[in-house]
Parts: sequence; C-alpha cells; structure tokens
Amino acid sequence: MSESISITVNGETRRSSATTVAGLVREIGLKPEKVAVEHNGEIAPRSTLEDVPLKEGDQLEIVHFVGGG
Amino acid sequence: MRCWADTARDMTDMPTISPDSAAADSWEVAGRRFTSRLIVGTGKYKDFEQNAAAVEASGAEIVTVAVRRVNISDPNQPVLMDYIDPKKITYLPNTAGCFTADDAIRTLRLAREAGGWDLVKLEVLGEARTLYPDMRETLKATEVLAKEGFKPMVYCVDDPIAAKQLEEAGAVAIMPLGAPIGSGLGIQNKVTIRLIVEGASVPVLVDAGVGTASEAAQAMELGCDGVLMNTAIAEAKDPIRMARAMKHAVLAGRDAYLAGRMQQRKYADPSSPLAGLI
Repeated sequence: MSESISITVNGETRRSSATTVAGLVREIGLKPEKVAVEHNGEIAPRSTLEDVPLKEGDQLEIVHFVGGG
Repeated sequence: MRCWADTARDMTDMPTISPDSAAADSWEVAGRRFTSRLIVGTGKYKDFEQNAAAVEASGAEIVTVAVRRVNISDPNQPVLMDYIDPKKITYLPNTAGCFTADDAIRTLRLAREAGGWDLVKLEVLGEARTLYPDMRETLKATEVLAKEGFKPMVYCVDDPIAAKQLEEAGAVAIMPLGAPIGSGLGIQNKVTIRLIVEGASVPVLVDAGVGTASEAAQAMELGCDGVLMNTAIAEAKDPIRMARAMKHAVLAGRDAYLAGRMQQRKYADPSSPLAGLI
C-alpha cells in the first residue's frame, strides 16, 4: 500500500510516494551526490538525506551548479 | 627614485623574480596557492563545449559558477560538471541574482552542501539595471559567512574604506568592480583601484567591467593580484581567442608591474645619444 503525499519542490506542487528526502531525489531522477537540498528552509546535509523523512506539505529546494559569472 | 606605480605596494614587499623564474610567480587566497591570476566565469557561452574550451585557453584554475534550481522536468540534462571537471578546476560558487544578505547566505550554504567548498564569491546586488553592489547587505553577509567558516571573496565597489571594512569582516579577497557587470567599459577609476591595492592585506582582484585584453593588463599594472571576468570572453566574437588574449594580458600586466615601470615625463628624453651627430 503506497500512499502518495503532496509536497512542493522548486516552487511546484507534486505528489510523491517517497518516504525520505533521498527517495524523493531519486524519484525525480537525480543523483543525491550532484545536488544540494533545502528542506523546509534548512539545508539538509547530504549525509542525512536517507534519514530525513518526507512529510505532507514539505517544501524543498533542490539546486545544482550551472554556468554563471 | 619611485614612480607612481611603485607606490602601489612598497617595493620591499614585491618578490624578487629572476628572469627565468616567471613560473615561480603565484598567489595565495585563503591558504590556497594558485599560479593563474585569471578567474573566469561560466555564463553566457554558446554551449558547454565552447565554455570548456575557453576555460582551457585562458589557463584559469578557478571558475565561478551559479547555484540554481535543478530542472525537475528534465533531470538528465547535461550539466556544467560534465564539461569542466571540478576535481581539476576549482569551482567558486557565486551568489549572482541575490539582492539581500539572507539570499546570498542561503545560496552559499546550499553551494557548500552541494560541492563541499568554502571558498566562495559573495555578491549582493542593489539593483538589476546597474548590478551595482549593495554594500550594506554585502558587509552584513560577509560577517555572517566568515563566522560560519566560509572564505568569501567579495565583489564590491571600488571604495578603499569599504574594502577595509570587508577585510575586517572576514573577506579573504577584495574584488572591486572596474565598471558595471557585463558593460565592458574597462577600469573606470584607476586611482581608487590603486588605493585599494595599497591598503589591502588580502588579495585584490578586479571583478566586473573588463572588456578587452588591455584592460586586464591595466588591472594587473595597478598592482592587482588577479582579474575576474566572464562577458569579455563569452561575448567576444572568438571567445577562445579572447581567452588566450586574456591569459597573456594578465601575465604581461603582472610582469610589467613587477618590472617596475619607467617614470613618466612631461616632455621628451631622447633614447639615442646626442653626441657624434654628423
């Protein structure tokens, strides 16, 4: 029985059946080691991503490096 | 006999460079030593290939990068790191697009988490039209970042007092603009850049406004420790060629500075002897 919850990622609401932040990152198709995650306004250290539970209404920012001056 | 360029740093501070030890010239920022004094940005290129080729041609060992949201709908897009290896080139995360200290601090915390780097470029902008730094927010952010263990290289106005304040707040490098970002207007105030160089105990790099090679050389002749640029290379008609030009310009300007330029005269002084004229 896999429930999906409603969360916001990078400003967009979506549904996820992931139970941890790492699970969400992989569900999106990203590699946790190539991104940084802000979970409800706080940096989620990479080492904790597997342990941080994902809850209904969570707000996440997932960022990476792009070209810039 | 001292000329104006000599006063930029006391002559006794300058390293003795023997003619064949040009390779020995290097600089240090936050305890890290680099040979290239040119830092380049990674924005505005046609594609990643051109970007990587320009970085290679420039000889830069440090590149600035921006921190942005991942494209969730296309997570497998090629990324900068696939073309410019962060294990070979030092990535310097920036805070481009941040207009408050809080945004800049938040961005750099994320950048450190993504890459593990604490050497960062701080820029807090005051308005979009001029992209001039908001010095009040910049100073605030510098203090917080320094306390959190970051090593901020700080983009700022070319104000010698502001530069000192940033240094006291924990900036590991002072990076005054030569002219507005992306303007290519060159070094608009040589006097203030020189004053900043004279007063700084940390490296000074001109960051923003350089448009062509002579302007990069000029920054180095003023005694700067380096130059940071993006648009000058990316928007040149031949970016790879301009990257090479900039590499040479920075080297030439540095050598000219260390060589100690001739004194300027108001009138002429002949180079050929006056005696023995037929």
